[in-house]
Amino acid sequence: MANRIEVALKDDVRDSRGERIKREIEHFLHLVVNGVRTIDIYTVDAQLSREELEAAASGPFCDPVIQNWSIDLPLASGFDWAVEVGFRPGVTDNVGRTAREAVEYLTSRPFAAGEGVYAGVQYLFSGALSSEQVEKIATGLLCNTLIQRYSVMPAADFMAKRGFPTSVPKVDVGAYSNTPVREIDFEVPDEELLRISREGVLALTLEEMKIIQAHYRDPQVVAGRAAQGLGGKPTDVELECLAQTWSEHCKHKIFSGTVQYEDENGTKQEIKSLFKSYIQRVTKEVRQNMGDQDFCLSVFKDNAGVITFDDNNSLVFKVETHNSPSALDPYGGALTGIVGVNRDPFGTGQGARLIFNTDVFCFADPFYDKPLPSRLLHPRRIFEGVVEGVEHGGNKSGIPTVNGSLVFDERFAGKPLVFCGTAGMMPTKVNGIPGHEKSINPGDLIVMSGGRIGKDGIHGATFSSEELNENSPVTAVQIGDPITQKRMFDFLIRARDKGLYRFITDNGAGGLSSSIGEMAGECNGCRMDLAKAPLKYPGLDPWEILISEAQERMSLAVPPEKIDAFMEMAKRFGVEATVLGEFTDSGIFHIQYGEKTVAWLPMAFMHEGLPPMQIPARWQPPLNLEAPAQHKEDWTADLLSLLGQLNICSKESVVRRYDHEVQGGSVVKPFTGVANDGPSDAAVVRPVLDSFKGVVVSHGICPRYSDIDAYWMAANALDEALRNYVAVGGNPEHWAGLDNFCWCDPVLSEKTPDGPYKMAQLVRANQALLDLCVPINLPLISGKDSMKNDFYDGTTKISIPPTLLFSVIGTIPDIRNAVTMDFKRPGDIICLLGDTKDELGGSEYLAMQGYTGNKVPKVDITSALKRYKALHQAIMHGLVASCHDLSDGGLAVALAESAFSGGFGCRAELANVHFDGDQRYRTDETLLFSESASRLLVTVHPAQWSAFEEAMNGTGFSQIGQVTDSTTVTIAGLEGKTILQGSLEQLKEAWQRTLREL
Amino acid sequence: MATTRALVITGNGTNCETEAAHACRLGGFDEAVIAHIAEILSGEIRLDDFQFLNLTGGFLDGDDLGSAKAQANRLKNAVVEGTGEKLVDQFTRFVNAGKLVLGVCNGFQLMVKMGMLPALDGNNLQQTVTLCHNDSGRFQDRWCYLKVDAASPCIFTKGIEKGIYLPVRHGEGKFLTDTLQTLERIETGHLATLKYSAAGYDSPAMEFPANPNGSTNAIAGLCDPTGRLFGLMPHPEAFVHYTQHPRWTREQLPEAGDGLILYKNAAEYARKNLL
Repeated sequence: MANRIEVALKDDVRDSRGERIKREIEHFLHLVVNGVRTIDIYTVDAQLSREELEAAASGPFCDPVIQNWSIDLPLASGFDWAVEVGFRPGVTDNVGRTAREAVEYLTSRPFAAGEGVYAGVQYLFSGALSSEQVEKIATGLLCNTLIQRYSVMPAADFMAKRGFPTSVPKVDVGAYSNTPVREIDFEVPDEELLRISREGVLALTLEEMKIIQAHYRDPQVVAGRAAQGLGGKPTDVELECLAQTWSEHCKHKIFSGTVQYEDENGTKQEIKSLFKSYIQRVTKEVRQNMGDQDFCLSVFKDNAGVITFDDNNSLVFKVETHNSPSALDPYGGALTGIVGVNRDPFGTGQGARLIFNTDVFCFADPFYDKPLPSRLLHPRRIFEGVVEGVEHGGNKSGIPTVNGSLVFDERFAGKPLVFCGTAGMMPTKVNGIPGHEKSINPGDLIVMSGGRIGKDGIHGATFSSEELNENSPVTAVQIGDPITQKRMFDFLIRARDKGLYRFITDNGAGGLSSSIGEMAGECNGCRMDLAKAPLKYPGLDPWEILISEAQERMSLAVPPEKIDAFMEMAKRFGVEATVLGEFTDSGIFHIQYGEKTVAWLPMAFMHEGLPPMQIPARWQPPLNLEAPAQHKEDWTADLLSLLGQLNICSKESVVRRYDHEVQGGSVVKPFTGVANDGPSDAAVVRPVLDSFKGVVVSHGICPRYSDIDAYWMAANALDEALRNYVAVGGNPEHWAGLDNFCWCDPVLSEKTPDGPYKMAQLVRANQALLDLCVPINLPLISGKDSMKNDFYDGTTKISIPPTLLFSVIGTIPDIRNAVTMDFKRPGDIICLLGDTKDELGGSEYLAMQGYTGNKVPKVDITSALKRYKALHQAIMHGLVASCHDLSDGGLAVALAESAFSGGFGCRAELANVHFDGDQRYRTDETLLFSESASRLLVTVHPAQWSAFEEAMNGTGFSQIGQVTDSTTVTIAGLEGKTILQGSLEQLKEAWQRTLREL
Repeated sequence: MATTRALVITGNGTNCETEAAHACRLGGFDEAVIAHIAEILSGEIRLDDFQFLNLTGGFLDGDDLGSAKAQANRLKNAVVEGTGEKLVDQFTRFVNAGKLVLGVCNGFQLMVKMGMLPALDGNNLQQTVTLCHNDSGRFQDRWCYLKVDAASPCIFTKGIEKGIYLPVRHGEGKFLTDTLQTLERIETGHLATLKYSAAGYDSPAMEFPANPNGSTNAIAGLCDPTGRLFGLMPHPEAFVHYTQHPRWTREQLPEAGDGLILYKNAAEYARKNLL
């Protein structure tokens, strides 16, 4: 019988968790509650004596200074409503797992199979709430019914029934009988093939289903299968394996497809693979141009990109997206996103130590107050959940979150974008072999290490290859467990240094089918027994074991002579590791379940059996309504509203929840300035504490420009990342880019009649990367695409704006030269680098008025590079006091931010701003708010002005004002009159107010 | 020649081991060893071979049962292989040998929950104080001014004039005592070595954000009556060089960060008293 241990705070102890819930109920649900108290519930389903239960309750489960405990007796009193929330069966329960381990230490006795501890929380509400209101609190705030269950009781019932009944959320083995391997009949009409794909969440098209059909008709295949005792029909294991391998998520069919592109003049072009024609080509050309200065070590082929750092270390970086799961369960989705991307650098080369995380989120307005299609969570819940998920994922893993941003657009209600990045350091050599290289020999053992396999994350890869819809599977959601992963990393990094394995990779999308499938490609074959895989609970079918995306697992190739040492070390570090089979050179992906062969797939068919997709693309520039030009005497109010816009305002309430300093290397932190609250442009990290060399990381993202032209959206994202990078001191001779495309479905179909336009946008964004990266020697070292970011429920379709997140990573020779964005001293000269143009199109300023416009900022990368290189030299020579990039909101916002961050006012004159273009458009409005690219705001001490001028000679800059010993920002217009004046306090308050309470 | 040796324990969610070991070396220890708890439980590494034990920040077991609770339970119950002795016995022997223990953040939480602090009656295994959820209900990463009690017996803070400036990075740092009497004994014994304060280190601060968690009497750091066991929520290892200061690009700062003095004092004490 199971027992309930309850742990409650003593009456006089403040319940901050309850208070937070109370605030959120009032803030978001607009309901009044008098008080909220919380109680921790542990349901212990194990053979324990009363003494052992008491020892657990009073020991590890309870803090005697502030808490009371009870066994099988409710502690709740003095409330009107009780709500209890716990996980659904099979969902990762980290607290339950730790509780179980604690009991095992206490009793010195492991739990028997099927025994467990399950965690839950009881919320006690006092106040005059109706039953509907309590339901709303439960489902709208406390619990995500996809992964959690809840029950509600009014106080009278609670007393009469002596609390909630004890219930054990154990996976019911009976409900999942271990069905034998099924065979699927492919000799059926086309409609039937499509039904098989749709109902099985296989995300395979008719064409792909027919390729599979043809494969199984091939006499050679039939004969080969017969020798293995297999019939002519594909097994469910094979079909699921192909669906994962061929999913958009894993195979990137759109980026490798053949595109028929037609531009606005009717010029036609066939592009064979965007990936090869643009992304890979950039890197190839840049590496050729750099010759012996080439600093790329490993690009595109591994889980993350690798470049040089110093004589002993190489730098690894990867950025991933985790959008679809985050839409369904924001907390679990984002947590899995961060711990998932951690495994990418960790599984690159022979393994890397992780040095920082980055995160960028795109959400709809958290204050959104219009109706939403059912199934879509409110943007505020997505916001809350994602932030908390990344907070737990990053903080608990001991990896600082150093850089990121939050981008808002209403269309992200259809799917939020959750970008998570992780960088690592690996030794240049591990046991004599370059750290970024690895290999597999036939005969090496297949080893899975880390967590166990459950039904979590089944069909993650295929489900994210479709639009979000009413029937999106709940099993696609997982909850990450940073501690299990950290234990595994602690072990594996030591195993790496002892040379105990030859190859390592991550288990992510597609699970073992993907990781072992790719590894088998290294030596051309494998044999693996799924019955050997450790399971969280019995009852999984073989195909489920193969494709489960259960988290915290790495796959390794271990030479037979090292296996004993490997397994012994794993045991000592408390990490599970299992031999599942061996790598071969048979040419076959051979999967068994016990003695029986359940999948027999030729490697060539798995990896090369799919012909390129044919995709039409037609570009026609949109014509947006142009905003009427405005002429005003006073622009102060416009600046104040701009500062409060979601895309500009302070994100401090979020960023302070991330540990950005662990590991001791944070040099330029997310916040800077006199009150530690000014927004830094990029992060500078010192990864090796006895060296002064630093890593610089930045990013750019501007989805709104896609509404004009995705070419310039991509160009501006790239330029923004570069500006941010050079602003803090990043070296423009040693930088690398990562491209993360998040698009709406661009493939023409019934559901997507505007596919050719969306595909043309994708082509143009790729063209921009080729045009801009090559001339500045910026190699692309890694990236990812996520191409199905739409919501469609049959009536409402929401497509996200095409979005490129461009991340830049590189180095600064000496961190002591880094620069921050805050004004430093009165009297310093304010200088604007770069020209301002009539480019208000897509700006935050026009968006505030409800316009998009057409005059999108354009990037002249050659002149920008000259400027960035000169600025870098000026920074290295200590000539720059502060430097801030101009982006959303233009010059007015940059001046205000640098001023209130530094605690000094300034005077600036628009008449001195260098304007390029038709003089009719040289107006106060344009000069204040245009978002023209490649501009930076710099302050220079007067004594260093002449040296600075010399350093920047010929790069286009203007002296526009001076930092003052006042608390006012004053801007004089073209006619010389003051057109904008605000106190530092007023400006900062406008900037901080919007998201302060979140 | 005898050497000063610092030990940094890691594993099960500990995070700050690298920078803590770095701080020990910068502070003057001849050697700083990072040991995984598995290497201690297997008997490969013994506490007895060190003079200074660092329990660093992190999220032991994910803080799943409350911060550091599961590790406190593990240390009390786990047996060191091949010795038959419980790990907690090695700890007790270490403390009784007059050696030094510094707990930072999660390490402080662990010391408190094991009962190593404040250990008013010399009982190192009886919990009398705690660190619980911040009043804000949220994790916070922000820098705090810490006023030092010059009359404290704490050996780590000797020589600090008014106070030090360090980052806090925690969700559970609110200091509470079981009884008012415990609090009084802490105060009269000058064991509350560091208190959150405003810039200038004039008086303890009770208001957010100067006091980031709502700690009773603004207590941020606590030592035992011998002054050799010390725990604090802020991170001294995170400020040993001026470039770690949030305003280093605008203020004239000395080369060493404020946190380094704790490690210097520990190294000096070890050299004078423990070799």
